[in-house]
Amino acid sequence: MTPASFDHHAPRTIDEALGLLAQAGGDARILAGGQSLVPAMAFRLAQPSVLVDINRLTDAPGLVEESDRLEIGPLVRHETLRRMPSRTPLGEVLAHLADHIGTWPVRTRGTFCGSLAHADPASEWGLAVVALDANLTLESASDGPRSVPASEFFAGMQMTAAREEEMLTAVTIPALPATARWGFAEFGRRTGDFATVLALVVHELKGGRMTGVRIAVGGVEDVPRRLGPAEEALEGAAPSKVRFEQAAEIASEIVEPLEDPLSDALHRRELVREMVLRALQRSTR
Amino acid sequence: MSQIRPLSFRLNGVDTSVTVEPRRTVAEMLRSDLRLSGTTVGCEQGSCGSCTVIVDGEPVRACTLFAVQLEGRELRTIEGLARDGSIQALQEAFVEEDAVQCGFCTSGFLVLAAAALESDPFIEDEAIDALVSANLCRCTGYGPIRRAVRKAAKTTRRAT
Repeated sequence: MTPASFDHHAPRTIDEALGLLAQAGGDARILAGGQSLVPAMAFRLAQPSVLVDINRLTDAPGLVEESDRLEIGPLVRHETLRRMPSRTPLGEVLAHLADHIGTWPVRTRGTFCGSLAHADPASEWGLAVVALDANLTLESASDGPRSVPASEFFAGMQMTAAREEEMLTAVTIPALPATARWGFAEFGRRTGDFATVLALVVHELKGGRMTGVRIAVGGVEDVPRRLGPAEEALEGAAPSKVRFEQAAEIASEIVEPLEDPLSDALHRRELVREMVLRALQRSTR
Repeated sequence: MSQIRPLSFRLNGVDTSVTVEPRRTVAEMLRSDLRLSGTTVGCEQGSCGSCTVIVDGEPVRACTLFAVQLEGRELRTIEGLARDGSIQALQEAFVEEDAVQCGFCTSGFLVLAAAALESDPFIEDEAIDALVSANLCRCTGYGPIRRAVRKAAKTTRRAT
């Protein structure tokens, strides 16, 4: 249970960090909160020869909410989001989701960007960025920054569009309208552990009809994603039990679930139906 | 290839200097290099919470933090909290409520609860339930531990 040896670097600037990543040529890992990476190193599932510890960065952007967007820098911890004072719909969604992540000692260390880079399919933040149309900024020493939409960031289980020398330096989430409604539901076997299936719904009610409907699920397939046909079934409709059940049914039919010894495809499909239904019901309370 | 590093931080109020390999976790450094065995190591993968310590006022699992990350930081362990009396109410409540059986998880629970009571002396009962779910106990059970933390919270509030 002792990690393999590595060289530890604690750069003060993002440029310095990017330089170290480029220099290591793919043999480096970024250490942010360490709540996934360090256990993986203890098991020697990960054996980086260089750790670029970004916890000492002095020029990393923090958590900034503007009228049209929220920006989240590379060292924003889960606990910071859970306690954020924002009372906008977007702030409320993120604080609510953060409350479902791990437990306090994990949330004080673990970071939003680190969770996205780790790309566990059942991450609350993976679900959030996909549902909320976030943009991710990836930066490297050689090519500078580039912007990747959340829908193109996740490439598979614990795989992303980030190249080895790139760092996720910021995530931008567009603001939700003041009238936005949202609902979240997840099923997990243990409090604080990753959920089996989770669903997030966002929409607006205009004249009694739902518009801009977004339905995303995580933990089901190898990446979190929006479920277009389920969204379309509700677009322009008045919220009702029958409509919600129809959309949840569509959602459960179009997913291609992962299987594991504790949850087979049928189980996950049933969970998708129920979690989407609950998220929809919660969005209209 | 691995660099042995000098490292300076505050440990239980005392300036401390050691030399460590980067791969040394805070938990291993405490137990093996500094001979402070009050921090127990259960799972070594950030799941059980028995190695909980306080870094700059926040509870952290010592098995998921490398010692080199402590440079210039303030680390508090069960030994320091016991010595300065700041967990006396918790210790007494754990005894009175029979919240200790084998004792392996106890120091982790005490440190976790101490951090919570320091950060919010008016912590609500439901928040205490969520709090203790962070750490694993496999013999005493959570009933007595919850009761003990609630009792200590009341005692602490009366004292302030």
